[in-house]
This record gives sequence, C-alpha cells and structure tokens, in this order.
Amino acid sequence: MTNFTATGDLVRFALRRDRVKLPIWVGAIGLGMLYAVSALPTVYSTPEQRQVRARLMDSPAATMMSGPGYGLDNYTLGAMITNEMVLWLAVPTAMMSIFLVVRHTRAEEETGRAELIRSAVVGRHAAPLAALILAVIANAGVALLTALAMMSGDLAAGDSFAVGLGLGLTGLVFAAVATVTAQLTEHARSASSLAMAVVGAAFLLRALGDASQRGGNILSWLSPLAWTQQLRPFVDLRWWPLLLPVAVTAAAVGAAYLLSGRRDVGAGLLPARLGRANAAPSLSTPFGLAARQQRASLIGWGIGLFVFALASGSLSDSVSEAVAENPDMGEVFRANGQDPTDGFFGVMALFFALMIAAFAVTSVLRLRSEERTGHTEAALATAVSRRRWILSWLGYTALASVVLLLVSGLGVGLGAVTSGSDGTVVAEVLVATLAFAPAVLVVIGVAAALFGLRPGVSSWAWLVVAYAFFFGFFGALLSLPDGFAKLSPFGHTTAMPLSSITALPLVVLTAIAAVLTVAGGISFRRRDLDLS
Amino acid sequence: MTAALTIQQLHKSFGQVKALDGLDLTVEAGQVAGFLGPNGAGKSTTIRIILGLLGADSGYVDVLGLHPWYDAVELHRRLAYVPGDVSLWPNLTGGEAIDLLSRLRGGASKARRAELLERFELDPTKKGRTYSKGNRQKVALVAALAADVELLVLDEPTSGLDPLMETVFQECIAEVKAAGRSVLLSSHILAEVEKLCDTVTIIRAGRAVQSGTLAELRHLTRTAIAVSLDGDPVRLAALPGVHDLRADGGTDGTVTFDVDHDELASVVRELGGLGVRSLTSAPPSLEQLFLRQYGDELVGVES
Repeated sequence: MTNFTATGDLVRFALRRDRVKLPIWVGAIGLGMLYAVSALPTVYSTPEQRQVRARLMDSPAATMMSGPGYGLDNYTLGAMITNEMVLWLAVPTAMMSIFLVVRHTRAEEETGRAELIRSAVVGRHAAPLAALILAVIANAGVALLTALAMMSGDLAAGDSFAVGLGLGLTGLVFAAVATVTAQLTEHARSASSLAMAVVGAAFLLRALGDASQRGGNILSWLSPLAWTQQLRPFVDLRWWPLLLPVAVTAAAVGAAYLLSGRRDVGAGLLPARLGRANAAPSLSTPFGLAARQQRASLIGWGIGLFVFALASGSLSDSVSEAVAENPDMGEVFRANGQDPTDGFFGVMALFFALMIAAFAVTSVLRLRSEERTGHTEAALATAVSRRRWILSWLGYTALASVVLLLVSGLGVGLGAVTSGSDGTVVAEVLVATLAFAPAVLVVIGVAAALFGLRPGVSSWAWLVVAYAFFFGFFGALLSLPDGFAKLSPFGHTTAMPLSSITALPLVVLTAIAAVLTVAGGISFRRRDLDLS
Repeated sequence: MTAALTIQQLHKSFGQVKALDGLDLTVEAGQVAGFLGPNGAGKSTTIRIILGLLGADSGYVDVLGLHPWYDAVELHRRLAYVPGDVSLWPNLTGGEAIDLLSRLRGGASKARRAELLERFELDPTKKGRTYSKGNRQKVALVAALAADVELLVLDEPTSGLDPLMETVFQECIAEVKAAGRSVLLSSHILAEVEKLCDTVTIIRAGRAVQSGTLAELRHLTRTAIAVSLDGDPVRLAALPGVHDLRADGGTDGTVTFDVDHDELASVVRELGGLGVRSLTSAPPSLEQLFLRQYGDELVGVES
C-alpha cells in the first residue's frame, strides 16, 4: 500500500486548491438543471403544448442535439428534461472531470511541481488516485444537486436520482479517460485535447445512433454520453445501464494504473523525438510562430469538424423523408416559416460556428499563456512591436477560424450530397456557414479586448460563447424574449435559406469586431507585460 | 565617454509595492557593468523597463540614445537580452528557438551561431521542454551572443550553468568587450562580476546604494590584515580606521584587524615601529563589499 501513501493529504490539498473552481462547476451544472425544471413547466404548461414540442423533437436534426426520444408519445416534464437537457448537462460534467483530472496529474508533472511532491513521503500512485477521488467528490456533487433540483419540481425521486447518478457516473467515465490520456502525452494541453476528442466522438456516436432509430441503436450504446438517457427515467426506468459507466471507469483506471507503471515522472509514453536543428523559413515572423504553435491544434480541429460535419450532412435526407411521412411535422416546420431541410442546415451552421468560436477563444487565450510563461517577453525583446505581435496572432486566429468554417460547411454539404441532395447544396451550405464568420470575429474581438484591457480575466471571453450557445439552442425551447438572442453575436445571422441573409448585420458585426480588436491592440501597447 | 545606458531617478510601483525608488544606473559604452543586488531588489524590473516591457512611473531612461518604451523596435534591433529564467516554446527545438529569436531581431551570422553551439556544447535538435535549466539558459545565450548588437542585457545569465560553461561564458563576454560592445550584467555570482565588470552598481530596495568602478568601491571598504608583532598590539586598537582587532591567542602573538582604506598608510607606518615578524593583507573582495553594504544596512534597520 505504500504506493498510495499520503493520498488523503493530497486530496485535502487538491480540495483546497480547487475550493473556488469546483463549487462553480458543480453549482453551475446544478443551476442549469434547476433552471430547466422551473422554466419548462411555465413554457409548456399543458400536455398539448408538450406534445407539439414532442413532434418537433421527433426529427433526426433535433434528435442529434437532444436525446433518443423516449416518452415522446406522452411527453411529461420528466421525459422532456431527460430527452432535451441531460445531454447538455452531461457534456459540461465530462469537461469538468477531464480538466480536473488533467489539472491535478499531467499539468502538475509538466510544471515540475509533481517532482517536488513525489520527492516527499508520497506514494507513486497517490497523485492520480487523489485526482480520481476529487473527481468522485465533484461528480457526487453533480449527482446530488441535479437530483435535488429535479425533485424540487415535484418529479419522482427514484427517477430523479437515476438521472443524477447517471450524470455523475458519466463524469466519472471521462475522469477515468483523462487519467489514461494523462499517461500518454507529456503535455497537459494534449492530454485534455485527447480526452475532449473522446467526448467529441461520444457526442457524435450518440447523435448518429439516436438519429437513425428512436431509442438509439448500437452506436448510441457505444457512447457514454447516451447512457443516462438510456436509463429511460420518467418513462420506464431501468437501472442496469448504470453498470456500463462503472465497468468502463474501472477498466480505464486499471489501464491508467498499468500505463503509469511503465513511465518516468514527467515523461509520456510516447517518447519525445529529436527535431530540426535549424528553423524552417516559415518560422521567421510572429505570424509564423503563431501558426507553428497552433499547427497541431488546427489540424485536430479541422479533421474533427470535417468528420462530424460529413456525418451530420448525410442525415439531411432523412429529415426530408421524415417530413414527407409525417404531415404534422411539416406543419410544425411551416409554422416556423422554414423549409425543414433549410432549418436543419441552419442549425448545423450555427452549431459549427459556435464550435469554431470555441476554437477561436482558445487560440486568443494562448496569447495570455504565452505572456505568462515569458515567451512574449523573449519575443518582444527582439525587433517585434507589440502591435505586430498581437495583430499577427489575432490574424492567424481569424484566418484559421475562417478555414475551419469552410471545412465544416464543405463537410455538411458533401455529406448532404452523399445522401442524395444535388450538388448545388455544397455551395449553399458553404455560404450559410461562412455567414457566421463576422460573429466569430466578434468573439475574437471580445477576447482580444479583454486580453489587452484586463489580461487577468481574458478567459471571460468564454462567457460570450456560452451565452451564444445557450440562447442559440435553448432560447426558443424556453420561449425567452427575442432580445436575449439578439444580444448574442450569433443571433443576427439567419443562415438558411440564403435569401434571408442580409448584409447590414454582417457589416455591423465586422465593424464591432474591428473596434474591439483595435481596443485590445491599443491597450496591449499601453500596458505593462503581465507575467503573473 | 558616452553612455550606452543612462537611468536617473527611476520609479516603478506595482500597486502598493514599490519596486524601484529613485534608481540611478549607467553603462558606459564599451564597458561591462555589473548590477548586483539580493532577490527582490528590483534588478529584473529595471531590466524589463530598459527593454520597454514595463513602463516607468517616472524618471529618465535612455538606452543607446533611444526611449525604451516608444522606440522599442528600433532599440531592440541594437540590443540582445537573456532573461533570468528562460522559458522556451515547448514544441520548438533549441535550434528553432535560436533561429526564431535571431530572425525576429533581424538576422544573425550562421557561422557565429554554429561556433557558439559548439563552444556551449548545446544540442539544437532537442525540444524546448526536454532541456534542463542550464541548457535553456544556453539557448538564450547563443541567441543573444550570435546577434551583432551594441548592447547585451543579461539577467543572471549563468544561473544553472556548470563551472565549465561559466568559463566559456566569461570568455565570450571578454570577446564582446574587446569588440567594443557594452554589457549590462545582473548577477549573484560575485566572483564573476569581479572578473568581468568594469563598473558595479549595487541595488537595494529599488535604489542604487553603491556604484562606481571596482577600484573606487574598494576605497569604501577595509583591508584585512593579519600580523604578528614583537611589540604590544594593544595600542593599534586606538588608531583611527582600525576595526575588529583580535588577538589570536597563539604564542606568536598574531593579531588580525580590518583597516579603512583611507587610513591604511598611517596604520602601516605605525606597524613599522612595532617590530613586524610576519604580515599578510587581503584586499577587500566584492563579497565583503556586498555583505558589508547589507550588513550595515541591516544593523541600521535593527537599531
């Protein structure tokens, strides 16, 4: 047992370090559930209204973004929350768990702090075990809070706890996945990215599985994100799918345990290779450096988005079929004044644009980590002006974002073609996706302005993405006033049909982005370098 | 003589904390200036202001005739910098980092780069994250020394280097000086400063407490003398400028004491009348200078 000496101390230490972060994560997830439980009954107060909603949810496009559709025939509040909210609480729970585990394992090794800890009377596996225990504590908090939130809306206690437990165990699965990826790579960033790629794959599998069949098929069952909904809470509750996350967690932790025995402190399993003795000609400018620093990340995002886009696009024909078979559904779509296929492509374009906004934020925030680690100091001590430094970086971010928009649009379009649409759809979807470029630029501008004005809180730029996501996808569901959606930079672009795109909002958004960027640039030139 | 760097009455605060409190510092052209001070005295802050990375609250700063904040780019073409704690891009190799920094500055000689890599025994193909502290330091040193610039700004450049590499570094600085270039060298290693520097500025709590050439600074301190005498050493204690007189208690009657530089001649005359059997004297080291500077200040604070 000496392998685990001092685990308890490390857990207490980790709780102390995360005393602000974890309560915020857990609380926000609990509040998300509480909000849904209190808002949905007022919006959909009668069974008839809920059935209208259920018909809307019974399309592949809606299914990809919600759940397997249990209980659509008798859409109670519980069934509605399970079908539409659980996925969007499972994803942040997974993210919380991944960041938590990587923060306390690989990031500690990368900074060298783990060396200091391990030189004390601390067992070999104490740190990863402590991180896992912390993940158990955090996910138990998520389980408890979400269950209590549901019970506060007079939902059945057993089913509520099933949902809470499902969410908590889903988080734990990804915590275990992160302990494995933390063994593989040397970098905290790549360990999180690898684990997040597993989340992305799980999201895709569930979307495809559930969209191809009510209740999901084998693809859904491969996705940990699907398991909570597969408990069929509030419809026909079954507990046995909870064994899946327990088994997978145990297996992943075992794998991490075996892997960690085969490597040194600070090292990854994939050995570091030697590189070039001389820099390539492209690495001569701040722009070249920005591109080089983010090459791997851009390639990863590009491939991931393209695959996901291709898969989503290929579902477009089943939307049309579903509409043809179900006149009621067509009615619903026509009530919204939209052709259902157009509606599907519009949702896809918004979804990908928001993903790319997230990429843009991470890219701009790297300016901040470059500054904190002292890289910016080294670069600015050469003949590089601050303006050139920040504009090169932001320019790269903007360019890469546009490339990713193109890749996603192309993916959706080509996917649609493979499922029988005619070729013109490719160009249409491309334009529809690119129409979100000004909105993404505004997000870049906000991050840049924060970086220049208040570098310590640069990461608040995430709030813009979170806001846009929430009001883009839940604004309609919760029937919130239109003004909320219009506050989001993504609320001004109606992508499909193309004829609905107007130039004015796009021009205004681009101008706002430019003003924000200039503000960020000027304040960066005026402030001290912040190395703290 | 013209100055490569002039700082007068420099002030800088971070919130409530006063980092620099009226600092004066000069580096004459073609000279190596030592910049000494304990941790937290404000050395790195001063250097970051010299580089225009931080803005001064008040005071005069002139580097190579330029203003470091407003003329940063022009200035940086003409100087090179080695930070105290070198952080390299983890995914770039040492060679790539050297090339990048050189190119951002406006280019460097390939031959000089190769020669420096050889002399510092640095493998340029390893990734930044795999270098030890000493090797990261070497990467920054090679990039700075390969640059054809008028001024080198070095913030504790030898921290983490082994003694062999320290020697190589000292050779390189001697060559830089011989080529007529100027160096600002912040350091903890007193022997290194003593060996390399023409002038020394000692900084404490954000202000220069002592500065001048090494010879001038030695005037301010005391020479340690150990002497064995035929006569009675007691009267020595009464002489002006003699401090800390101690009899060793041995049979040969050796006494040790320190003498103020200004009184050295008169004390030696007095010794002549006491029948000197043996005498050793040690010139004041920078270390004594440094310790005395702070020792006195500490006594002052305590009393």
